[in-house]
Amino acid sequence: MGLEEAFADEPAFVPYVAAGDPSIEASKAYVEALERGGADAIELGLPFSEPIAEGSTIQGAVVRALEAGMTPDRYFAFVEDLDVEVPIVCMTYYNLVYQYTHPETGEQGPRAFARRSAEAGIEGFVVVDLPAEEAGPLREACDEFDQDLVFIVAPTTRGDRLDRMADHVSGYVYVQARLGVTGAREDVSDQTEQSLARVADWSVPKAVGFGIKTGEHAERIVSAGADGVIVGSALVDIIADGHAAGDPTADVADRLEAKARELKAGALAGARAEAEQS
Amino acid sequence: MSTTKFGEYGGQYVPESLMPAIEELTDAYERYVLDNEDGFTDEFRERLADFGGRPLPLQHAESLSARYDTEVYLKREDLLHGGAHKLNNALGQVLLAKYMGKERIIAETGAGQHGTATAMAAAHLDMPCEIYMGETDIRRQRPNVFRMKINGAEITPVTTGRGTLKEAISETIRDWATTVERTHYVIGSVVGPAPFPSMVRDFQSVISEEARAQSREKEGRLPDAVVACAGGGSNTMGTFANFVDDDEVGLYAVEAGGSSLSVDEEEGVAPNSASLSTGDEGVLHGARTKLLQDSDGQIMESHSVSAGLDYAGVGPELAHLVDEGRVDAVNVDDDAALEAFHRLSQDEGVIPALETAHAFGYLEEHADELGEFVVVNVSGRGDKDLETVLEETEKRDLEVAPDMSVLREVSGGGL
Repeated sequence: MGLEEAFADEPAFVPYVAAGDPSIEASKAYVEALERGGADAIELGLPFSEPIAEGSTIQGAVVRALEAGMTPDRYFAFVEDLDVEVPIVCMTYYNLVYQYTHPETGEQGPRAFARRSAEAGIEGFVVVDLPAEEAGPLREACDEFDQDLVFIVAPTTRGDRLDRMADHVSGYVYVQARLGVTGAREDVSDQTEQSLARVADWSVPKAVGFGIKTGEHAERIVSAGADGVIVGSALVDIIADGHAAGDPTADVADRLEAKARELKAGALAGARAEAEQS
Repeated sequence: MSTTKFGEYGGQYVPESLMPAIEELTDAYERYVLDNEDGFTDEFRERLADFGGRPLPLQHAESLSARYDTEVYLKREDLLHGGAHKLNNALGQVLLAKYMGKERIIAETGAGQHGTATAMAAAHLDMPCEIYMGETDIRRQRPNVFRMKINGAEITPVTTGRGTLKEAISETIRDWATTVERTHYVIGSVVGPAPFPSMVRDFQSVISEEARAQSREKEGRLPDAVVACAGGGSNTMGTFANFVDDDEVGLYAVEAGGSSLSVDEEEGVAPNSASLSTGDEGVLHGARTKLLQDSDGQIMESHSVSAGLDYAGVGPELAHLVDEGRVDAVNVDDDAALEAFHRLSQDEGVIPALETAHAFGYLEEHADELGEFVVVNVSGRGDKDLETVLEETEKRDLEVAPDMSVLREVSGGGL
């Protein structure tokens, strides 16, 4: 199934965690807990040493995952080993795509990365530092190996750039709720509605991320017209706190599952509110 | 129109939130810098002269010329206001930010030379300024930290990674992604997404514009070789830019060989900063270029005795010129750089920055291959490095190092 289907029936809840944070085993349990909590797709971070778009929370996740030994090949094995039904989206930075060497074909670059991703059962990518202008080679590889390529629309994205992204995007569009780097916030930005309006006529579902922390945030985002919410830092905070406290993996997984339920319930409430408005 | 690529290198690999700012900057670069709209270039040149002290001499180095039996000339960028070539770029970019109507300046710094130049330019042009600096670099470049603070800049320590230039650039990009609408990011070298590599080269190319004309005045011809140190590559590109089309002029980019050219893949550490000589192609900080990276594409921690060369990437245009065979990428190790530091200080009365000392280390090892007329760029002065030089000299048995025992006699304890 394609990524679009994750948004087909009801507003989607799309969590982000970094694969391997804080260990391979715990991370696997956390991804599975998020699915139990109601995730409709999972953005699974492949950690890169220079995460320039991330705030301190996700930088911390990336450092822990790298220290746990996560590499691109271990990442694909990790995905193959996951016991989840919902689609997995690989979120990473372009140098890892560009350098990737397929272990069997020996080919290097975006085509090798897309081939290996397809083999592992991944359904698409978000490549944070790959704007539409530089995305040609990966877009072609995605078409060949039936992968979606998600783009991020920022509050500052306008005009020609929107058109260029509309040409390349598939799966869903990631609507960045506010300027800046990733990180949970106490409030939801007013920029969200304006950003949603700019992509209103795009054919793909609109998922909003950056700063969403609570079920109430999720409700407001969905009632503003989003087809889904993406939540990273609020979940990574739970992982980081559990790791710092030395809590058992099962306890942290339970907390993640509960947080996922809250966020999914918020998204569903937002859809009801939107239906009432219209 | 400016180009975003140098062969296959360069481009604009940045998060989407920065793309509009980069398009705005490209437009401003083309209008003000390339087309002199509103007299931008005239004002820039005037300020470089009155505030910066340009033009700067091309000085005949008598002792070195005798030592190597070749005519050695020093392009004295160490005499630029602030003590390094960095002001050429910082002044240009802060002035451009003013023309663009931006209200705030941010910058990263490694050795602190770019940070001090930016802080000076921002004070000169009355712009608020915040400098990101790795905590390792804050420790090893204290004098420059004082200078930035004294010029009124805010210093924000960067604690991630090894706390050097790479992390400082990443953190400055994060700030820019948050504040892009009113802030200009004054990048310190010919790195980053287009148009930065071209724009920084253009601001720095005043070095070779002067050096080329001065070569003709002094020797009646162009040099056989032009030598400059290379970290990110801004003094390098500035020193080479106006010679690139002169095929008879050899161009030598001298990188930091550190303590070894090998890499420790397990630890993710390269004990050098020789990305042109030993790196391979990848994408970092907005550009495709040559990088120190492991086989997965994770960026290595570089190392050099010189903080200003300590960077895992290099300017994309320089990477392209090396691939084209136009620029020779060479390197010298920490020991040779320290030797050269002492030699230039003693023989010519010029205390160079440790970055600059690498260029003279190469001259010492390869002067006989460089022809009869050599220009070396003295990219900066060495005052900021004196503590490091004392420490590093103590660890080694260097033939040319001065006897510093007077310090021990006076203070009654170590250095």
